[in-house]
Amino acid sequence: MAAHLKKRVYEEFTKVVQQQHEDLSAKKLRLTKPSKSAALHVDLCKATSPADALQYLLQFARKPVEVESVEGVVRILLEHYYKENDASVRLKIASLLGLLSKTPGFSPDCIMDDAINTLQNEKSHQVLAQLLDTLLVIGTKLTENPSVRMRLVEVACKHLTDSSHGVRNKCLQLIGCLGPVEKGVAKEAESQAAKDVQKIIGDHFNDQDPRVRTAAIKAMLQLHERGLKLQQAIYGQACKLLADDYEQVRSAAVQLIWVLSQLYPESIVPIPSSNEEIRLVDDAFGKICHMVSDGSWVVRVQAAKLLGSMQQVSSHFLEQTLDKKLMSDLRRKRTAHERAKELYSSGEFSSGRKWGDDAPKEEIDTGAVNLIESGACGAFVHGLEDEMYEVRIAAVEALCMLAQSSPSFAEKCLDFLVDMFNDEIEEVRLQSIHTMRKISNNITLREDQLDTVLAVLEDSSRDIREALHELLCCTNVSTKEGIHLALVELLKNLTKYPTDRESIWKCLKFLGSRHPTLVLPLVPELLSTHPFFDTPEPDMDDPAYIAVLVLIFNAAKSCPTMPALFSDHTFRHYAYLRDSLSHLVPPLRLPGRKLVSSPVSPSITPHEDPSQQFLHQSLERVYNLQHLDPQGIQELLEFTIRDLQRLGELQSELAGMADFTATYLQCQLLLIKALQEKLWNVAAPLYLKQNALASAAAKQILEETYKMEFMYSGVESRQVVIIHHMRLQAKALQLIVTARTTRGVEPLFGMCEKFLQEVDSFQRCFISELPQMQGSFVDKLLDLMPRLVTSKPSEVVKILQTTLRQSTFLHLPLPEQLHRASANIIEPTGESDNPLRFTSGLVVALDVDATLEHVQDPQGTVKVQVLYPDGQAQLIHPKPADFRNPGPGRHRLITQVYLSHTAWTEPCQIEVRLLLAYNSNRSKAAAKIAKSTWNESPEALPQPENGIEGTIPFSKPVKVYIMPKPARR
Amino acid sequence: MPLALLVICLTFTTSSPPGPALTARVPASLGGAGQDVGRSCILVSIAGKNVMLDCGMHMGYNDDRRFPDFSYITQNGRLTDFLDCVIISHFHLDHCGALPYFSEMVGYDGPIYMTHPTKAICPILLEDYRKITVDKKGETNFFTSQMIKDCMKKVVAVHLHQTVQVDEELEIKAYYAGHVLGAAMFQIKVGCESVVYTGDYNMTPDRHLGAAWIDKCRPDLLITESTYATTIRDSKRCRERDFLKKVHETVERGGKVLIPVFALGRAQELCILLETFWERMNLKAPIYFSTGLTEKANHYYKLFITWTNQKIRKTFVQRNMFEFKHIKAFDRAFADNPGPMVVFATPGMLHAGQSLQIFRKWAGNEKNMVIMPGYCVQGTVGHKILSGQRKLEMEGRQILEVKMQVEYMSFSAHADAKGIMQLIRQAEPRNVLLVHGEAKKMEFLKQKIEQEFHVNCYMPANGETTTIFTNPSIPVDISLGLLKRETAIDAKKPKLMHGTLIMKDNSFRLVSPEQALKELGLAEHQLRFTCRVHIQDPRKEHETVLRVYNHLKGVLKDYSVQHLPDGSITVESILIQATAHLEDQGTKVLLVSWTYQDEELGSYLTSLLKKGLPQSTS
Repeated sequence: MAAHLKKRVYEEFTKVVQQQHEDLSAKKLRLTKPSKSAALHVDLCKATSPADALQYLLQFARKPVEVESVEGVVRILLEHYYKENDASVRLKIASLLGLLSKTPGFSPDCIMDDAINTLQNEKSHQVLAQLLDTLLVIGTKLTENPSVRMRLVEVACKHLTDSSHGVRNKCLQLIGCLGPVEKGVAKEAESQAAKDVQKIIGDHFNDQDPRVRTAAIKAMLQLHERGLKLQQAIYGQACKLLADDYEQVRSAAVQLIWVLSQLYPESIVPIPSSNEEIRLVDDAFGKICHMVSDGSWVVRVQAAKLLGSMQQVSSHFLEQTLDKKLMSDLRRKRTAHERAKELYSSGEFSSGRKWGDDAPKEEIDTGAVNLIESGACGAFVHGLEDEMYEVRIAAVEALCMLAQSSPSFAEKCLDFLVDMFNDEIEEVRLQSIHTMRKISNNITLREDQLDTVLAVLEDSSRDIREALHELLCCTNVSTKEGIHLALVELLKNLTKYPTDRESIWKCLKFLGSRHPTLVLPLVPELLSTHPFFDTPEPDMDDPAYIAVLVLIFNAAKSCPTMPALFSDHTFRHYAYLRDSLSHLVPPLRLPGRKLVSSPVSPSITPHEDPSQQFLHQSLERVYNLQHLDPQGIQELLEFTIRDLQRLGELQSELAGMADFTATYLQCQLLLIKALQEKLWNVAAPLYLKQNALASAAAKQILEETYKMEFMYSGVESRQVVIIHHMRLQAKALQLIVTARTTRGVEPLFGMCEKFLQEVDSFQRCFISELPQMQGSFVDKLLDLMPRLVTSKPSEVVKILQTTLRQSTFLHLPLPEQLHRASANIIEPTGESDNPLRFTSGLVVALDVDATLEHVQDPQGTVKVQVLYPDGQAQLIHPKPADFRNPGPGRHRLITQVYLSHTAWTEPCQIEVRLLLAYNSNRSKAAAKIAKSTWNESPEALPQPENGIEGTIPFSKPVKVYIMPKPARR
Repeated sequence: MPLALLVICLTFTTSSPPGPALTARVPASLGGAGQDVGRSCILVSIAGKNVMLDCGMHMGYNDDRRFPDFSYITQNGRLTDFLDCVIISHFHLDHCGALPYFSEMVGYDGPIYMTHPTKAICPILLEDYRKITVDKKGETNFFTSQMIKDCMKKVVAVHLHQTVQVDEELEIKAYYAGHVLGAAMFQIKVGCESVVYTGDYNMTPDRHLGAAWIDKCRPDLLITESTYATTIRDSKRCRERDFLKKVHETVERGGKVLIPVFALGRAQELCILLETFWERMNLKAPIYFSTGLTEKANHYYKLFITWTNQKIRKTFVQRNMFEFKHIKAFDRAFADNPGPMVVFATPGMLHAGQSLQIFRKWAGNEKNMVIMPGYCVQGTVGHKILSGQRKLEMEGRQILEVKMQVEYMSFSAHADAKGIMQLIRQAEPRNVLLVHGEAKKMEFLKQKIEQEFHVNCYMPANGETTTIFTNPSIPVDISLGLLKRETAIDAKKPKLMHGTLIMKDNSFRLVSPEQALKELGLAEHQLRFTCRVHIQDPRKEHETVLRVYNHLKGVLKDYSVQHLPDGSITVESILIQATAHLEDQGTKVLLVSWTYQDEELGSYLTSLLKKGLPQSTS
C-alpha cells in the first residue's frame, strides 16, 4: 500500500512538473523555436560515429515538435541524410521523416519532392523500404491531391523491380493505398505509369516471394475497399493462388475470391476439365468450401467465416455443404442423423441399439465414389469437426448466417447444430445454442433432436442453461410428447439447479403460449386430476408445481376449452398466481366465475389503445390550460401526475412514457409551488422555512432532470433540450434563493457569472432548437442577455425572478419509444436469516445477480453500491465481462462483490443496490475536445470543469445479513 | 507358411536433364509389411541409406511367426552394418513389439528413433507383453526385462518437427499423427529425395488428441496406412453422444456400466470423455478404472500434455485433464457395492482377467450394461455377446445367462478413406505406397488415388519389393566469378550459360573453362572452323567486302559488325575475309573463320552468305 501511495505521489509530482514545463515553453515559444532544429543540427554535427548520431536521433524522437518547426527539422534531417554513410542512421532519419509528416496541422507537400529525391541514390534496401513507407504517410495525408498521388504511384511502380521483398512490399502497399480508384477519364493520358493499377498489382501475384504475393493481394483488397471495382479477370489468378504453399497468401487469396464473388455473383465461369459452366458465386463458394479443409487453421478460420456471408449461392450448392456420404467396406452406410430420422418417422421410440444396427446396406459403385470433393461437399461437416475451436466457432457462425437467409438450409443444418451442443469447449456450445435461437423461426424440432437439446439442460454452466432456456422460449415443438419431455427435463433442471427458477418459469410461459393445442391433451396428467376421485391439493409454494401451472395457464389463454379440465384448487391457485406472478400468468377468461381482471376488449386494435389515448389527452389538458389561476394549475398537475403514475403501474408498455412525463410535470409543479409562495417579497432572513422549501425544490428538480436525461433509453435531442431548460430554471431558482439568504454581494458575483456562462453554453449547444422555444424562460433570458451581462447581481436576480414567473411552460414532445432503465436484483434475495459470517479484516465474496433493462452501455454506467450500517458506502465497478447480453435491451449482471468490515458484536444488515452513474459530459450536448498530441501518447485529457458526475439509484435495495467475527488470536 | 519380412525395394534412379549423362544408379531398397494389418515392418532404401520403419509383432501367433523374419534383410553380415537407423512410429505392439527381439536377440546396435512419449510408454507395454508370454504362458526363449532395458538404451528420442541428422546425409523429421499419444509420422530425407512414413494416423481430432498434420513437403514417396481404405465414417460427435447418453441413462436408473478396454489409447479417450461429461452434468456416480499399468500410463499422459489436443493443452494451466476428479482406482470389492457405477476394466475383449470377472457378476441384472468400445476377435466372450448370444458357457460347464444390455461403440483412431486422401492432398507426394490394410480394400483406394491425384500408387504384398524412379535435382556448385560474369546483364530472363562441369570426389562444380584447365593441368587447345564461300561478284575485292559488310550489318542488327582497316569484317569474333578467285576473277572467295565457341553464329553466318548477296544492295 505504501509503495502504491508513493508511486502515486510520484506520478502526480511528475505530472505537475511537466505541466509547468509546458507552460514555460509555451511562453518562451518564440525564443526556443529556432533553437530546436538548430540543436538537432549541432547534435548531429557533433556526432562522431553512427552510433552517436543514432542516439541523438532516438532522443530527438522522444519529444514532440511543434507544427511550425517541422519543416525546418525536416530540412536538417535531409541534409544529414545525404551526408550520412551509415545505413542504420539513414533508416532512422527516414522513419523520422514519416513520423514528422504525421504531425497534425503540418502539410507535407513541401517535403515530398525531397523525399522522392532521396530515393534516387539509395542503395540499401531497408532504407528504401522505409523511405517508401514515409512516402505512404505523406500520400495518405495528401489524399485529396490527385497529382501527388499519381506521382507517388509512379515512383512506386519504378521500384517494383527491386530485388528486395521489403521494397516491393512497400511499393505494392503504396499503390494499393494511393492508386487511382476513380475511372480516370482525363487523367488517363497524363500518366502512363499509373495507367492500370490493377494490372501492375496483378503481375505481382506470381512474385517469387510469398510476402510480396501477400502484399499484392492485400493491395488489391485495399483498392477494393477504396471503391475501385476490381476486374473479373483477376478471378482466375486468385483461384491459382489458393494452392499457394504459404498460408498467408492463401488466406489473402480467399478474401480476394470472396470479394470477387460479391462483385460478380452472376457471371458465368467454365468448370475446368469439363464443358459445363456455373455462376461465379457458386464456383467461388465451392473453392472457399474447399479451403475449409486446408492444412493451416488460419486459412480454415478465414474460409469458414467468409462462407457465412455468401448468401447468393444456389441452394443445391449450399445443401451440399452438409453432405457426407458414408460407406463401410464399399457399402453405403446411413449416417446417425439419417438413422435417427428414420427411427423417428417409423414411429419407434428409442430402441436399444444392437451391434450391427448401423450395418451397411447397399453396395456402392466404386466408380461413383468421389473421395475428394471438387465442390462444396461436406464443407461444414469438416468445419464443425475441426480440431481448432476457432474454426468450429467460425463454422457455426457461418451456418447461422446462411440458415437465417434460407429456411430449407436451416432445416437441414439442424442436426449438425444439435450435435454441436455437445462440443467439448463451452464457447462453441454456447455459440451453437445462440445460433439455434436465431434461426428458430425457420425450424421445428423433431423429438430426437429435442431429446439431445434437452440433455444439455443438466450442464453445470449457468450460461449454457440460460441460453438453452432462451432457445426453448422460441422453439417450435412438433408433438405433445415433445412438450412433455421438455417439461420433464425442465423440472429436472429445476430440482438440480433451484436458482434457475425464474428463467425456467419464463421459458415455460412461452412454451405454453406457443403450443396450446399440444398442451391441452397433457393437462389431466400434468395436474394429476382424476375423473372420479379428488386428488390431494399440491403445495402452492412448490416451484415445480408453479412451473407446471405457468405452462398450463399460458396455454389456456388461447385455448378456451382448457379451464374445463381444471379442478377447484387450480382456480384458486390461478387467482393467487395471477396476483403474485403477474408477469408470468396471463389474464384468463374463466367460466362460471367473475372475471378476475377485465381483459382488454378484443374490438379495440392496439393502434387506438385507450391508455395511450388517455396519456395524450391528459397531457394536452395540462399544456392547454396555461392561464388558469395558480391554484387550479397546481391541482390539475397533481391529478395528472397521480393519473400518470397509476397508468404506468397498470400498463407496462407505457410505463416509461408515463413515468417520464410524470417526472417532468412533477418538476414543473415544484417550480410553480416554489414561485407561488406569497412571501417572496419579504426580506429573506425572516423566512428561513420558506427558503428551505424553495431550495429543496430546486435541488429536487435538478435531481429529477438528471434522472430524466440518463435513466431513460430512447430520449431524443428534443427532449434533452427541454430537460436542460428545466435544469436551467432550477439553477435560476437556486440563484434567487441564495441571493435572498446570503448577505453581502461578493459570493453572488461568482454565482451570477457561472449562471450566465451556463445560459451561454445552453445557447451554444442547442442553437438549432431555440426557435421552438418561443416565450420560454431561456428565450426571454436571451433577449435580456446584454442587460444581464452588464448589470449588478442584485439586478440580475430581480430580472431572473420576473422572467421565471412570466415564462410559459414548455410542451414536452414524446418520443416513439421510451423506456425507463430498471434493475432487479435476483440474488442476494434478502430473505436469508443466516448471517454471512466471516473474519473481520478479511474479505467475503457476495454473489450478485441482477437483470438490467433498457440500460445503454451498462459496462460503463452500472455500479454496485454497498451500504454498511455505520453509514459507510462502498461503490464497486463490475468488470465488463460480468455483463451478459441475453437479448435486445436486456442485460444480465453476474458479479461478485467483496465485503469487508471490522468486527461487529451482532449480525447486521447491509444494503446492496445498483446505481446508474452519469456524467453530464457524456450527454449528447457535450462538446468534443480535439486531441492534438504529436506522438499519440495516451496522455489523460483534462476533464472540462462543468462535467457533473453523479449516480442514480435504480434498483430496490436488497438487505444482506452479515456478521464479521473478530479474528481469533 | 514361412513368414518373410516383406521387402519393398525402392531404387531411386537419377536421370539428369539433357546434357552430359549423369545417370547414377543408386541401389536402394524399401521393406515393409503390406496388405496385412499387424506386424508392421518396412525397409526403405533411399539413396544408399537403409532405414527400417517400425518393428512390430503379430498378435495372432504364438510361434516364430509373431516376429518378422529379420534374416530376410541380410543373410550374412550384421544388421548394424546394413541398417542406418530404425524408426518406430508409435507404441502399439504391432508397431514396436519385436524391437527387443530385433535389437538384443538378433543383434542391432544402431540408433532407434521414436518420440518422447513413445519412448516412455513403449517399455511398459513391452514388459507387460513379456510378462503375459513368459510368466503366464510359460514360454522360454523370449526376451527378458533386461533386454527391454538394453534395447531402450539404444533409443534416441525426437521432438515434433525436429530435424534429426542421423548421419551426414540422412535426416529424419517427425510430424504429429494423432493416433495415440506420441504417434508420429516420419519424413526420411537424403539429399533431395525423401520418403514420408505415416505409421497409423487419424485425421479427425478426438477428445484427447488432435488431428494429424503435415506440411506440403512433396516427398517422392508417401507410405501410408490404409486400415479404413473403403470406409467413410460418420462424425465422431454422434458416436460420443450416443455413448454418453447410454452411460448416463443406465447410471440414472441405478445400473452399473462395464466398459472393457485395453489399457492404453482408447481407454484414456473414454476416460476424458466421461470425466468431462460428469463435470458438465454434475453427476455423482463413481467411475472406476482397474489398476495395473494404467496408472503408470496415465502418469505419462499427464506429462505429455503438449501432445494432446487443443482443449487439454489450453486448460491444463488450470487443471490437467488427466488428473481425473471423478475417476478412481478400482478395487475388486467395489464390484459388489450397491448403486450405480461405471467401471473401465482390462482386457478389452472380455476374454480373461478383471473385465471378465466383473462381467460375470453383473451379467444377470438387466439394469446393467456392457459397452464394447472396440473390435473383438472371434472366440472371445466379447465377440459372442456382440453377436447376440444370451447364454454363455463358462468354464466348469456353468451356463451364464446374459440379461444386461450389450452395446457396441466403435472408437477407432485411424484415418478413413477421406482422411487418407486429405493427407495426400496436404503432402503432395509424387508416389504413394499403401501398407497396413487388406488387399481388396487397398485396390479401391489405389484406383481412387491414381484417378484423383494422377500419381503412381503401389500396394506391395508381403515380401514384395517396389522400385520407384525419382527425378532428383542435383546441386552443383558454381564459382561466384563465373556466375557474375554470366548473369551480369539481366537476371530475369533464362539464359544459356557456358562453363565446365567438374565431377570430382562426389561433388559437382561448374567453373569457367580457364579455371578448369588450370585445375586439371591441361593446356588450352583452340578449335577453329574455316569455311570458304564463293560469291559471284565481278566488282573489286574491297567493294565486295563493303557489300558483304552492308548486308551483314542490315541482317545482324543485334551483333557488332565491324569493318576493319585491313579489309576484313568481324562479326563478334568471327572473321570474314574476301579474296578474288585465282582462276575466275568474277568469283570472290569469302573466308569465314570462327572458333568452336561461336559455332552457332558461325554456321548461321555461313549459311547466310551461301545464299548470296541480295542484288539490290549495290
